[in-house]
Parts: sequence; structure tokens; C-alpha cells
Amino acid sequence: MIQLKINNVAIKAEEGMSVLDAAKSVGIHIPTLCHLKDLTPTGACRICVVEVEGQRNLVPSCAYPVFKGMSVETNSARVRRARKTIVELLVENHPQDCLVCVRNKNCELQDLSDKYSVREHRYVGEKKDHAIDISSASIERDPAKCILCGRCVRVCHEVQKVGAIDFTKRGFLSTVTTPYNKGINISDCILCGQCILVCPTAALREKSSMKEVAAALNDKRKFTVVQIAPAVRATLGEEYNMPPGTEVTGKLITGLRRLGFNKVFDTNFSADLTIMEEATELIHRINNNGKLPMFTSCCPGWVKYAEHNKPEILEHISTCKSPHEMEGAVLKTYYAKKMEIDPKDIFVVSIMPCTVKKYESSRSELKEESYADVDAVLTTRELTRFFKLAGIEFNDLPEDNFDDPLGESTGAAAIFGTSGGVMEAALRTAYYKLTGKELETLELEPVRGDKNIKEISIKISDMELNFAVVNGIGNIKPIIDDIQNGTSKYHFIEVMTCPGGCVNGGGQPIHQKNDKIQKRMKALYQIDSNMTYRRSHENESVKILYEEFFTEPNSYCAHEILHTKYFDRKIKRKTQI
Amino acid sequence: MNIKNGYFEKKMHEHIFKNYEAKDKSSLIPLLQDIQSIYGYLPEAALQDISDFVDMPLSRIYGVATFYNQFRLTPLGENIIRVCRGTACHVKNSSNILFAIETALNIKAGETTRDKKFTIEIVNCIGACSIAPVVTVNEDYYGRISVKDIPNILKKYSKVSKKDNLPQPEVNLA
Ligand code: SF4
Ligand code: SF4
Ligand code: SF4
Ligand code: FES
Repeated sequence: MIQLKINNVAIKAEEGMSVLDAAKSVGIHIPTLCHLKDLTPTGACRICVVEVEGQRNLVPSCAYPVFKGMSVETNSARVRRARKTIVELLVENHPQDCLVCVRNKNCELQDLSDKYSVREHRYVGEKKDHAIDISSASIERDPAKCILCGRCVRVCHEVQKVGAIDFTKRGFLSTVTTPYNKGINISDCILCGQCILVCPTAALREKSSMKEVAAALNDKRKFTVVQIAPAVRATLGEEYNMPPGTEVTGKLITGLRRLGFNKVFDTNFSADLTIMEEATELIHRINNNGKLPMFTSCCPGWVKYAEHNKPEILEHISTCKSPHEMEGAVLKTYYAKKMEIDPKDIFVVSIMPCTVKKYESSRSELKEESYADVDAVLTTRELTRFFKLAGIEFNDLPEDNFDDPLGESTGAAAIFGTSGGVMEAALRTAYYKLTGKELETLELEPVRGDKNIKEISIKISDMELNFAVVNGIGNIKPIIDDIQNGTSKYHFIEVMTCPGGCVNGGGQPIHQKNDKIQKRMKALYQIDSNMTYRRSHENESVKILYEEFFTEPNSYCAHEILHTKYFDRKIKRKTQI
Repeated sequence: MNIKNGYFEKKMHEHIFKNYEAKDKSSLIPLLQDIQSIYGYLPEAALQDISDFVDMPLSRIYGVATFYNQFRLTPLGENIIRVCRGTACHVKNSSNILFAIETALNIKAGETTRDKKFTIEIVNCIGACSIAPVVTVNEDYYGRISVKDIPNILKKYSKVSKKDNLPQPEVNLA
């Protein structure tokens, strides 16, 4: 511990700490833009400058380590002037169309402009001019709004290890873009949206599907059905100032009914269905010398990653559709038949924590007859905007329950939204199917929590089976290398693209509050432990679905409707020079 | 160069890679220089091969290649137009000259026309400040020029050369 002074207050800080962190530990706030916790500091924006006694120039506090006896001023007139100038320059090179911007009132540039009382245009110059990239089904890039903080670049390269975008050119022409400035749909981007979560402005945002959904709700011929992903119920409250980890299922259902949906169903139902199919597939692979290890397939970001980077291992990925696609498929077949509705009139909307799922729902193989399984995907953020538009005061809503039969679910499904949850749910059912007995402890602690790779070994009858959970796509590489070298010891591997799982998906509320991921995870585990039924094979409605329609998991009919296939999407090397 | 499947180029790149260690990120710049010395620019396929060799995403390699002025991403044209943007020329409005040339050829500085006739480059002072604003085409100097002179200068070089019978290049002289 070393002694130093910040704003004349004597404090203690750990050696190697940045001035920024030292100040934060005693409640002194220093604004930042390019800084991202735990990632390489770049010192690019200089909004965090402070005055250090004895130093002629202001220093960026995010990249400046504390030293013994130093004296720091974080808010002197000189510091304030410097910060204000930086903000003024950023504002001047920005479209300033806040009134019509999706990030209005949730924008770090807007906040800083307000905080530093930018009230006039002191600098007028050429503004950068870039086309908006609307090429993908999930993500829009609007480089004119980019302030070049580089947060997206670091998340994409250092956390996700995809590296789809980077800084190009220099000076005034500098932009963050894909190689050759091509549309993001033909880059290596997996559309996970982690970059959106860190972007301080609206330079990165989801492609909105609100118009299509509003049109369907207005169309009297359409039978509109909505489903909610496991992770959304633990995060939506944050958009309404509730603390992270508040569960809002009941209000959410009421809100969706008031928007005018004919039925409100739960993706958790088909999460249970997924487990029935996936556990059966795993057992089949183990007993019949199938391709092992088997990977989970419920995360479309991971599927896209494999299709782009490692098409050789696609056979290792379970053929199960992701839960919301299964729900859509069941709605347009079984449910349509049972309710005597023409599937062409059913409009399925998924409320998802995820940006990739927008792209996924547009994949042409995910359909029944000629109708897409899912017609539109809204992110958690878009739903909030929809509620606002419809004049729905979320905090005042009464609670309600899901419709039957695709609304019933077990605790196993609830934890799908967190890293390790799918594994835990699958093991609860696979163990039962292999041994005829139930697992003694349902809570599999080794696969919970926020470690990058989580492992567990379980003895099932006379087999010792090894399982792994990959928490964040950035950790996948060594696992795949092992498989390709023939040295993998695992039988079953869960992969979630977003660190923490869908609770931290690219469609979730944007804010930088502490511990939000852990609290959201906890909320889902809480739902699980409050449930009477906590194993997917105990879901009564799923049982009935098999009796009335699919006969049994992995039956021919189940394969036709609930399973899918993958494609090699590796970007081909140019063959012409 | 238009060899089927780019097989020949791939072999050539592999030959260059032999002088370097795989996955060594510090060899990126020298590698780019080597590739450029072969082709005169950095072809996309070569960047893809480098990306595999040094194990860095293509986006980063493209970023580095566009950051440094020494690298080109498009092949050089038959005629190289250099527009001086040094201080003296700047004062004499060389930005208008540049804009006029860019508009006439329908490309930006650093790019080459589709018919490979012209490449525009920006240079920082060519030591001819007394006749600012200056533009050079290949070895020829044009000083004290104005926007009006540009169509005539371009016309001189857009003639079809004898050795090829390419159609007349698309030059917008309006
Ligand atoms: S969506 Fe994901 S993969 Fe694509 S640029 Fe953003 S962080 Fe990278
Ligand atoms: S797109 Fe957003 S996160 Fe990325 S550099 Fe620009 S402002 Fe920063
Ligand atoms: S982890 Fe969840 S939110 Fe993230 S890409 Fe996968 S499915 Fe989407
Ligand atoms: S936050 Fe410190 S330099 Fe940007």
C-alpha cells in the first residue's frame, strides 16, 4: 500500500493501481471514454486527464499508475477546461441528431456534453461523413456517430477474440470498420453485439424489428404469439431503474398482453424441449460411437463462429435448433394443427437478450413448410421502447401468468440464460435417462460462476464422463485445438458466446453498473430453486407434446421439426490477385 | 497476374513466409513490405495469407496497411498523378486542385481508376514551392496550375497507348 493525496485527501492505494482506480476507491469520480475495465488502456481519448503535482502536462489517469507521495488534482479549473475542449471537439465532429437517435438519454457523449456545460459551438469544421452499414440482419454501424474510443475494437479482439472490426486509416479519415470497409454481413463478425454494449454512442446498434412487429399487431388476420427468453426476465427491470437481478416475469407478461399479443408463451418451455432432444442426442452419440465431444447448439453466435472459423468441427455440434426456434417450429406445426389456425397466419415474435438471434431467425433453413419458425426478434432494449411507445408504465403493471401449453417450464429451463445453465439442465436429464435415477444434488456448483472454462466429471453407471462449459467465445480456441489434435477428454461441451451467457447478451440493457452479470445470474438460479419441478423431463406439457405429436425425443418427426443443419461459411481466400 | 486459383501466388507467399517465424506479430510490417515489393501493392489474397501466417485477424492487418502511407491497397496505374499538399501549395489552394482531379477521374487520392490508367497520390512538398500549386504526372511537372487546366492535363495522358487497345478510359472532364 502506498500513500498519496487526491484532491488534498490522504488516501492509500495499492501499488500498480491506476490513478483512476485509486480515485474511484475513495468515491472520486473521473470521467472516462476509451477506458474499459480489465482491458488494455490506450490513453486515446484523454477525457480522464488529471493534474499531478510536479508534472508539466496533464496525464491520463486511466493509464497512469499511482506512486508514493504523489498529489493529484482531479477537478481543477485547468483539468475542467481541458476536458471541456475534448468534449467540444467530439461534439463538433458528431451529427448531433440526439432528438432522433436511439441512444438519446443513454449516451456517454451527451452526458459529458451536459456535464461540462457545452452550450455553444466554438469550433466549426468539416464533419466526417460515412454511410450507415445496414448490411446485416442484426447490427447496424453508423460510423458518423463514432468517437473512435476503440472500446468495441478491444472487446471484439481481446474478449471475444473474433477481431471483425478495427481502426483503419489515420487522422481525420480514421474509422472503425471491417476489412476493406465491406458490409459487416460478409465479414467474420458473429453479430454477438458485445460491441454494442460498450459503445458510448449509437455508432453501433441493433437493427430494429419494431416496425414489422407493430404491423403484425395491427393486422387483424394475424394470430400474434410472443415468447420470452430465459434471460430477459432478469434484466428488463434495469431499464426501469430496478436494481440488476430483479425478476419481472409477471409484469412482463401483462405488458406483452397489453401490447396486443394473442398469446404470451415462454421460451423456457422449449428450453425443456431442447434438453429432452439434446440429452437424447448425447446419449445416442455416446452409445453409438458418434462424434464426441458434442457441443451445445442453443447459442447462434457460437454456431456462426464455428461456421466461419472451424467448419471442420460442425459435426460435433448438436443438431438441435435453439430453443426459440423450436418454440416457433412447434407453434407452426403442432399448435397450429391443434388450434386449427393456418400456420401462415401465425406471427411469432421472440423477445431475446441477443442480437445474433435476429440473424438466426432469418436463416432460410429454419422454417416449416415455407413459413419461418420465428417471424421477428426484439431485443430487451427494443421491448422497452415498444412499451414506451404504447404508453405502458411498466413499474405499475400487475402480474400475470403465461398461457398454456407452451408456457409451462421447469427450473432447468430457467437457468438456460446463464453460462453453465444448459450444461446443468442437460446433466439433470441425461443422468436420469442413463441411470433411471435422479442426480442427488441438482446444483452443480463447478459449472456455475464466472470462470472462463468450467469443468465437471460425473460417473454415470460405469462411465466417467467429462463435461466443460466455455464461458465466452474468446475461450473456445484451445478447446477446438484439442479436438482437432485428438486430445480432447470431454464428452459434452456447452458454449455461450457472451461472457456470462445470455444474461450479458448483446441485446440487453446498456449501462456500466457493477456486478450486473453476477446479480442477473443469481436471479435465474433463484427462479430455479423456487420451482417445484426442476428437471426438464418433469415438464407435463412437454410430455403431452411427445405423446400427441413427436412420439419420443429424436423421433423422425422430431428430427424434421426440431433439428437443423449447419454450413461452411468460411470467408474464401481471394483467388485472383 | 490472373492465374487460376491463385496457386502460384500462394506458393510465392509461402516462399516469403519462410524467412519469418509463424505467429510472430512483430514480423507484420516487414512482411507487408516484402509483399508490396512484389506486386507494387497489397492484394487482398496476400493479406489473407499473411493473416493466417501471423495468426492475426484480417481487420488488424488491413488496419495497419491503411495506417501507413508507405502501403498501397490498389495496384498502381499507368500514370501516377502526384498532388502536392505541402504548405505552399496548400496556401495556393491545392485542395481544390485535388478535388477537381478526384472528381474528374471519379476516384479518391490513393486509388487507381478502373481502367488502370491513373493513380492519384498525395505528396507532402516536392520542393517546387516557387511554382505552387504543383502537380506532377509521371516525370512531368505542372506548376501554377488552376482547376481550369486539369482537363487538358488529363487528356494528354488518357490517350490509348499503342501497346494495348483498351477502350478510351472513362474520364469525366465536365
Ligand atoms: S458483434 Fe461481436 S463479433 Fe461482431 S464486431 Fe461486435 S463484438 Fe465483434
Ligand atoms: S463504434 Fe462506438 S465503441 Fe467503437 S470506437 Fe466508435 S464510439 Fe467507440
Ligand atoms: S450467449 Fe446468448 S445472448 Fe450471447 S450470442 Fe449466445 S444466445 Fe445470444
Ligand atoms: S479514459 Fe483515459 S484516456 Fe480515455
